[in-house]
Amino acid sequence: MAVETGQSVAPAAGGDARGRGRGTGEKSSKVPGPLRRAMATHWYAWAMVAPVVIVIGVIIGYPLFRGVWLSLTDADEANVARTIGVNEIEATYEFIGLENYRAILTDNVFWDRLGWTVLWTVGCVSVTFLLGLVLATMLNRKLRGRAVYRIAIILPWGIPAFVSVFAWQMLFNEKNGILNRILEGGGIEGVPWLGDPTWAKISVIAVNVWLGVPFMLVALLGALQSIPSELLEAAEVDGANAWQRFRNVTLPGIRSVSSTVVLLSTIWTFNMFPVIYLLTRGGPGDSTEILVTYAYRLSFLNSPRDFATSAAWGVLILLLLMLFAVFYRRSLRKQGEVW
Amino acid sequence: MTTMDTTKTTTATTTPDPATTAPVPPAGGGRPRRVRGRGERGPLASAALHAGLLLAAVAAVFPPFWLLVTSFKPKTETFTTSLVQNFTLENYTHVLGDTYFLTWFWNSVVVVAATTLLGVFISATTGYAVSRFRFPGMRPLMWTLLITQMFPMAILIVPLYNLMAQLGLLNQPVGLIITYLTIAVPFCAWMMKGFFDTIPVSIDESGRVDGLNPFGTFWRLILPLAKPGLAVTGFYSFVTAWAEVAYASAFMTGEENLTLAGGLQTFVNQYVGDWGSMTAAAVIIAVPAAIVFGIAQRHLVAGLTSGAVKS
Repeated sequence: MAVETGQSVAPAAGGDARGRGRGTGEKSSKVPGPLRRAMATHWYAWAMVAPVVIVIGVIIGYPLFRGVWLSLTDADEANVARTIGVNEIEATYEFIGLENYRAILTDNVFWDRLGWTVLWTVGCVSVTFLLGLVLATMLNRKLRGRAVYRIAIILPWGIPAFVSVFAWQMLFNEKNGILNRILEGGGIEGVPWLGDPTWAKISVIAVNVWLGVPFMLVALLGALQSIPSELLEAAEVDGANAWQRFRNVTLPGIRSVSSTVVLLSTIWTFNMFPVIYLLTRGGPGDSTEILVTYAYRLSFLNSPRDFATSAAWGVLILLLLMLFAVFYRRSLRKQGEVW
Repeated sequence: MTTMDTTKTTTATTTPDPATTAPVPPAGGGRPRRVRGRGERGPLASAALHAGLLLAAVAAVFPPFWLLVTSFKPKTETFTTSLVQNFTLENYTHVLGDTYFLTWFWNSVVVVAATTLLGVFISATTGYAVSRFRFPGMRPLMWTLLITQMFPMAILIVPLYNLMAQLGLLNQPVGLIITYLTIAVPFCAWMMKGFFDTIPVSIDESGRVDGLNPFGTFWRLILPLAKPGLAVTGFYSFVTAWAEVAYASAFMTGEENLTLAGGLQTFVNQYVGDWGSMTAAAVIIAVPAAIVFGIAQRHLVAGLTSGAVKS
């Protein structure tokens, strides 16, 4: 797809191989000065990406390095630099090496949270995907009122997550919520939706699925509609029944889209802060606390605020996510995306 | 095998399945043993299809609907299970008149508008550059965009908080805007790249031949062609900024500085029992988002499948 930036210099491979050398312009052995030449060739492209590079560099690069640094210290609320009234207090925290990581990895809390986070991610993504696929298949047929169904089902996407979570909180209300009212109306005892560790887990997953289905539905519906109908017709002529057509034509046809949405939604679910933070605040106890919310709790809710441990959690979370990135890139590769 | 329920579940995963319905021919059903074509289905399957979709639609719509209904009930009846009996706007007048709600709303509008405009513009230029040009630094840039997309805010929030404090940007909309850009832009840039990839390079070339420089080509030729992509990125930035909670509640303190996401929080704590006001506030917050969504949703399918979700 890509064209050369400038007028026919620097073959694509050369540009690629340069890798990290952004702006250093180490175009060796060319006459008019390597940096000048690189500038002349590529300045359009660099100018266009400059805003992103600057913003990301300042807002993510710097905090990232600081975060990694903090994770190697014993910083907490009591010893960081701060200003009280007119007095400026110097930071007094010290470098303690990998002590934080040792403490975290030998403690059960991390492994418990990791276990639940994995369960939460797998549960949410698989249910969301299945529901999305089922609904997309249903909506992909000739059907009266299809547009209405479609709008209704993707509605949750259009509402800010924190508002939806409030709505659910109201429905889940143990004493007065409508869900329990209905259950009691049917003679069944009310369920402590958010008060019992197991039920709370089910509830947060349910809400996240509710929030996630529209995205899946829209993406998969698009994929289904892009399958050429000749293929399905051909299969029909060959005598394939509905299930065989689905299994052998439809599923392979949506494979690449499916793998991408599953990966994206895995990453998003893994990092899903608002649902858990707002619905249960991680409770009861810390039963619904996933890695991300727990790290937040360490630095903003717990007292004293433990910045160093929180940063170390962050680094560990980041390492896990890097794994996803590698997978994601591999799946892009398979689809012929090369960079 | 013959009950409604089993038919419904099989329909759900496959399509109306002749094997289950045909052997016990319902009234007017097809001849047994015939493979039913794609366009056709028995009345039973049709009913099951509608039932399934109806169920999903109700499940999707009910929570927001109930929120809306509740917001019109007087405080004493918040948790009644009936629909509105004594219609009242008291919740709304209370929220709008007696709280900081309008200030929060305004703060949110400022932050969101700036994030959306800047976000769309920046991600469009970036997307165009990585779609069309090969340049030194492209691979690291793509990697960075990819990894930032999945960055947990947990690792950034403390250092970023410190950074904002040093720069004096805590409690300033600018601080939040910049932060939100870093969340929205990487994803949007990927999406825009996907869009630009679908626009034939020959259009660029013809522009260049006619004497436009690369910026001119981008601005005058390509950008107008990428309108659906811009709609999707705009929507994504809007939603990101409108609905973000963690940074908003960490960086903004003091009632008059909050945005809606943070504001609604204080609402819960402050008015523990006051669900009525909360529902009214939630409805007012949801409406602009729903409107923007309604405008953008037509492009969403095209956008997501050709952009982020590259097929």
